[in-house]
Amino acid sequence: MNFLSVGTSKRLLKLVIVVFTALIIGLGLLTSPAQADTVGDEFDYAVLGNVKIKGEPIGGVRISVEGPSYKADTVTADDGSWLIGVPIKDSYSVTLDQETLPAGIAVLEGGASQEVDLGLSDRVVKNFFIGEGERNEVSFVDQFIARLIYGINFGLMLGLAAVGLSLVFGTTGLSNFAHGEMVTFGAVAALILGVVLQVPIWAAIPAAVLISAGFGWSMDAGLWKPLRKKGLGIVQLMIISIGLSLTLRYIIQFFIGGGTEQLPGFDSPKINLFGSVALSVNDLYSMGISIVAILAFAFWLLRTNTGKATRAISDNPDLAAASGIDVDKVVRIVWIVSAALAGLSGVLWAYFRPGIKWDMGTQILLLIFAAVTLGGLGTAFGALIGALVVGILVETSSLFIPSDLKYVGALVVLIGVLLFRPQGLMGRRQRVG
Amino acid sequence: MDWGTIINNTLAGLLTPTTIAFALAALGLAMHFGFAGLLNFGIAGFMAIGAYGYAISVLTFGFPWWGGMIVGIIGSILFAILLGVPTLRLRGDYLAIVTIAAAEIVRLLFLTTAFTDVTGSADGLFGYNNSGGFTSANPFPPGSYGWGPWTYNSETLWVLTFGLGVLAVCVWFLWALMRSPWGRVIKGIREDEEAIRALGKNVFAYKLQALIIGGIFGGMGGIIYAAFANVSPGVYVTSITFFIWTSLLLGGAATIWGPVIGAVIFWTLQAFLSNILPELALAGILPVSGTQAATLRFVLVGIGLMLLVIYRPQGIFGDKRELTFVK
Repeated sequence: MNFLSVGTSKRLLKLVIVVFTALIIGLGLLTSPAQADTVGDEFDYAVLGNVKIKGEPIGGVRISVEGPSYKADTVTADDGSWLIGVPIKDSYSVTLDQETLPAGIAVLEGGASQEVDLGLSDRVVKNFFIGEGERNEVSFVDQFIARLIYGINFGLMLGLAAVGLSLVFGTTGLSNFAHGEMVTFGAVAALILGVVLQVPIWAAIPAAVLISAGFGWSMDAGLWKPLRKKGLGIVQLMIISIGLSLTLRYIIQFFIGGGTEQLPGFDSPKINLFGSVALSVNDLYSMGISIVAILAFAFWLLRTNTGKATRAISDNPDLAAASGIDVDKVVRIVWIVSAALAGLSGVLWAYFRPGIKWDMGTQILLLIFAAVTLGGLGTAFGALIGALVVGILVETSSLFIPSDLKYVGALVVLIGVLLFRPQGLMGRRQRVG
Repeated sequence: MDWGTIINNTLAGLLTPTTIAFALAALGLAMHFGFAGLLNFGIAGFMAIGAYGYAISVLTFGFPWWGGMIVGIIGSILFAILLGVPTLRLRGDYLAIVTIAAAEIVRLLFLTTAFTDVTGSADGLFGYNNSGGFTSANPFPPGSYGWGPWTYNSETLWVLTFGLGVLAVCVWFLWALMRSPWGRVIKGIREDEEAIRALGKNVFAYKLQALIIGGIFGGMGGIIYAAFANVSPGVYVTSITFFIWTSLLLGGAATIWGPVIGAVIFWTLQAFLSNILPELALAGILPVSGTQAATLRFVLVGIGLMLLVIYRPQGIFGDKRELTFVK
């Protein structure tokens, strides 16, 4: 993001485009006589192919490529060719939109979505076997159920992060913009343990959660507690959390770079549940872990003395302090719990995406805020319900709107909630200023 | 280490179309946050709407360049109204979350492939300065102008002159507004909303007007940026909002010149760091790689923002008595 050298990078881009055009033309001479309809030719790597039926090219067929952190689509040219540039070497899923094929034509083998892997070469060719036949279409109901289950999974994982954010807000009044980095931190901790240090993953994940908890403790001890003592206002604290967010995000980028890293076992096999609904083993584990963690959290909040004290402070900090609750100690514990849950959510999010990236937490920060606001700022269980609603909304909305707009739906809901019910689903009126 | 180049590039950063564009955006934020106390974290959205409004109306609807710029400004006004009407009655931190979300919605709508024909999705838009006639409106004959690090070709000089003109008008306008009765009411709202309401003023209307005026400044920042570089959705990310906040708080939020000087210092410092850090890494003084050195300057921005808010919340030029962090 070098804004001051836009001129230079523009020239560089032009050069890259020229080089690529030359490459494509060169490639065209080798394979097919005409040039392909291309997108993303600023990238070094590409997926390409030809859509033909019995040697007859088909133009106007929509092809999309989706990877862990990138997606693009294009339409085949009149000679049936297509090319999509991709930023990193990774495995991508290539989808041919069968709706755009002529009537009575379908993909015959391997399904309309197929995996390609850019392992050794910079470019990989993916051709579909199409011909006359019945489309093996997934029914809308099946798609919807699959999306619903993904949504619940995603929502549970958002919920882990959201309850922490909500607790911190409830006890300290801070809208913590660095919460996204706490999510990334958990994933990066798991990456360092599981991949760099080769700790088995069943031990690496709990250890990563513990390290996250320690991180929460140190943030409170090193930054937030001194600032509370200094008596800073909530707006100042919020802007400081933005500074902290930038600092942590770029420190993480400093160490792991700008690419996507994978945790061990990220491509687990899929299990067919019913119809054409399939879930990966990781998804099932992820949901199980989320539910156990949320139940444990609920027990802590409702049954233990610390949990009760936390809720008391959320309701009325002065009264809580006057009745002998050590506010500082409880806030410290809240930071630890919040960071541990955020870290766990980060590990699960790394499996869900899949992949670990330096700004992965920032990507969902606004969704977490949406969940917290929807449930009512400062109410832990409201945040959980809000997270489930947001998760399901994000996943199912991609059935109706372009999938690169799926976060927009959640953000519109966020604004809509503030418009019509600013106290959220579970909140009380007095919290709104 | 090539100190000549480093110093040259740093000094050049003092006066670039980018610096002017971000100074305008910071000025808008000064109106919002510094004077009216509105926590707007969506200034990147205002910039994006200004820039896209200009580019799209020229490219898609064939407007002349000045018509396109007016469309960009109208777009920012509409965005301000759209944001303000539902949210200005809410508490400050709610406004922060709504504005940041709204700016992201705007960016995602410009980024999506669904509207590629109009927005160019990830590739953005270009060529509108030529087809809209902004380039040919250049009164300077081709050639090289200025001296030393401030050597510009006639195109850059035209954007600079235009940008500086807009900035000067905006600074004057803000200064005049803030010493008017209207400005005193706005500052009063920042200090104590209830007191102003008790005086019979329509606080909501005043806040909305402030949001619109600051939004126009932000939109013009986006337009100046678009007049120099391409319009690309990758620019208008939340980080840009945070950088503009940093430059505003650096200069002093509740001042007229603070945001301008803050933006100049911030972007000059960015130019300096982006030149010296990779050089230090190359020379082996910093034990990091070139890419890591480039990342380091954003870490420094984050730390700088935290220290600024903790130790000098009024900024370099601000007055401690006119502290904008109420509550």
